[in-house]
Amino acid sequence: MKAVSLTKAGQAFETKEQRANWRHAVFFQAKKVLWVTVRTILVAGICFLILYPLAAKLSVSVMAERDLYDITVCYVPKHFTWENYRVVWKHMNFPETFFNSFWLSLTTGILQVISCTLVGYGFARFDFPLKKLLFGMVLVMLVVPPQTIMVPMFLRFRFFDIFGIIKLISGNTVNLIDTFWPFVLTSGTGTGLRNGLYIYMMRQFFRGSPKELEESAYVDGAGPYKTFYYIMLPIAIPMMVTIFLFSFVWQWTDTFYTTLFLERLATLPTVLSSLAVSINYQEFGPMATMSPAYASMLNNTGSVLVILPLIIIYLIAQRYFVESIERSGIIG
Amino acid sequence: MKFDFRDFLLKLKKSLGGLKLKMDFGSERTMLMAMEKRRAIAGYVFNSPFLIGMIFFFLYPFIQSMIFSFNSIQIGTQGYEMTGVGFSNYYRAFMVHPTFRRVLVESIVQMITDVPLIIIFSFFAANLINQKFRGRAVARAIFFLPVILTSGIILAVENNDLLLGIMSGAIQPDTAAGAVRALELRTLLMETRMNPRFVGYIIDAVDRLYEIVKASGVQILIFLAGLQTISPSLYEASTMEGATGWENFWKITFPMISPLILVNTVYTVIYSFTNPNNPVMEIIKNTAFAESRFGFSSAISWVYFFVILGILGILIGVISRWVFYHD
Repeated sequence: MKAVSLTKAGQAFETKEQRANWRHAVFFQAKKVLWVTVRTILVAGICFLILYPLAAKLSVSVMAERDLYDITVCYVPKHFTWENYRVVWKHMNFPETFFNSFWLSLTTGILQVISCTLVGYGFARFDFPLKKLLFGMVLVMLVVPPQTIMVPMFLRFRFFDIFGIIKLISGNTVNLIDTFWPFVLTSGTGTGLRNGLYIYMMRQFFRGSPKELEESAYVDGAGPYKTFYYIMLPIAIPMMVTIFLFSFVWQWTDTFYTTLFLERLATLPTVLSSLAVSINYQEFGPMATMSPAYASMLNNTGSVLVILPLIIIYLIAQRYFVESIERSGIIG
Repeated sequence: MKFDFRDFLLKLKKSLGGLKLKMDFGSERTMLMAMEKRRAIAGYVFNSPFLIGMIFFFLYPFIQSMIFSFNSIQIGTQGYEMTGVGFSNYYRAFMVHPTFRRVLVESIVQMITDVPLIIIFSFFAANLINQKFRGRAVARAIFFLPVILTSGIILAVENNDLLLGIMSGAIQPDTAAGAVRALELRTLLMETRMNPRFVGYIIDAVDRLYEIVKASGVQILIFLAGLQTISPSLYEASTMEGATGWENFWKITFPMISPLILVNTVYTVIYSFTNPNNPVMEIIKNTAFAESRFGFSSAISWVYFFVILGILGILIGVISRWVFYHD
């Protein structure tokens, strides 16, 4: 006689095996549902953690100051106002500062892409004496804190000279502080902000790309430069975009080199770092102090203004960031 | 015109020599050598920007900074003057400077606590967003947001911000809400009879979750890239043999990703040490530009550099012992 058992759903099973299978399926399904729930909660939680400060900044930036002291106000402002933006815009001298920052980031970005592509290709595909040593220097550059070479770098650009030639001609060294030249020179020669990392990424990318294309170009009689220009450069464009984006964004928010090389030339990071102090000085005079809450409010508004262009870039070019390191084959 | 026999002979010899050379050039070995030489030159041409930059904007300042650290520097309008002071800058860094030793040790301890947390979290997060689910693209975009949003000035402003600290009571530990939550967790964990020190570490991690998330953008990116290079056929084969997901994780995912744990550890250590918001970095910068003691500042930065080098050396030595290399 066959064993007939009834489930809660009233479904009959023919054999023991079938019942076991069904149980297994239910168990599996339950496990899956549980995991999906847990995963959704985790992902949502982490997303919340990341987005929260951004949302908080936005909400504070459109509040009136009295909303800060109002205990019933939580995130949604009672007195919606653009006043903070107006004050910050004026004191940051926003359009001018913005374009200073923009041109600076654009220049360094483009120069870093050019230098890193050339150097990365050189490291990936050619053998030459002292190559290992030179590549070792790239790695050393990654490890050395920029502060170690900060003072000599500052002095070098403060009293800039090329083998004493300039002093011979004009009788004095050139002061390159407060110009874009320090940035142009360092990023054009692959020694700027986080340049070691970009060179490394580019080298890994070229090492991972197929050799066959180049070989066929060589067979057809193209030299290394022609091959690079016509064959490898087009392949490398997505990676170049990625490096440009990283370089642009990190230069945009960098405080180290901008405060080191620029004293009077205003850029967004330098202006933002002293925003509250300068507003306090100009609006309330040297003797008064504004409330810390208000200062923080202005800082948040300023941050929003600095972040906003980055968010726009990120939204447009998001996939280049996300796919970047996959493409670079940093794993290899 | 007089025929100069000697001149003729010389010319003949020359042209023959040239011919010989040309013929030699045709032989395979020489051609290969010439090609190699040409490629070596091309290599130098491609590397020339870095060669120049490395010498003038890295190696030279690097050595100069070493020299500075043994000197006292006065800056004038025409240039700067150095006076040798021997090791006194180094002596002062350790014996006279009021905060340097403490800040240095603190930042090392901070780094040692943070690195495991960041590595574990980013590995976990990378595994999460490597799975297929609806809205994955959005989740990924948000997970990588810290890469751009928490760098440089934005991070600095955020760290010193008063309002955000108060408003994010749910996240920051120094407010009532945060304290209560951590307390509940603490009692819960204490009841499990675990080592109190370990419990303290976990509580600390939970309290500073946001900071850890902020610092893990690039690491998640690297881990995710690594996860995607693991061939799915490995998983298929082991599942056919009856391995569970848990076993797959420890026997396939973990060993395959272990080289990247090394990469990420190195990256995290370097980043946390050379980040301009690091207190030691602030001391170095302030000593140089607020106090104009350039030599002293160089000395501190060299001490710091050697500390970083030492820690990296130890970490790489320890981790690379159990890293699994696929090929």
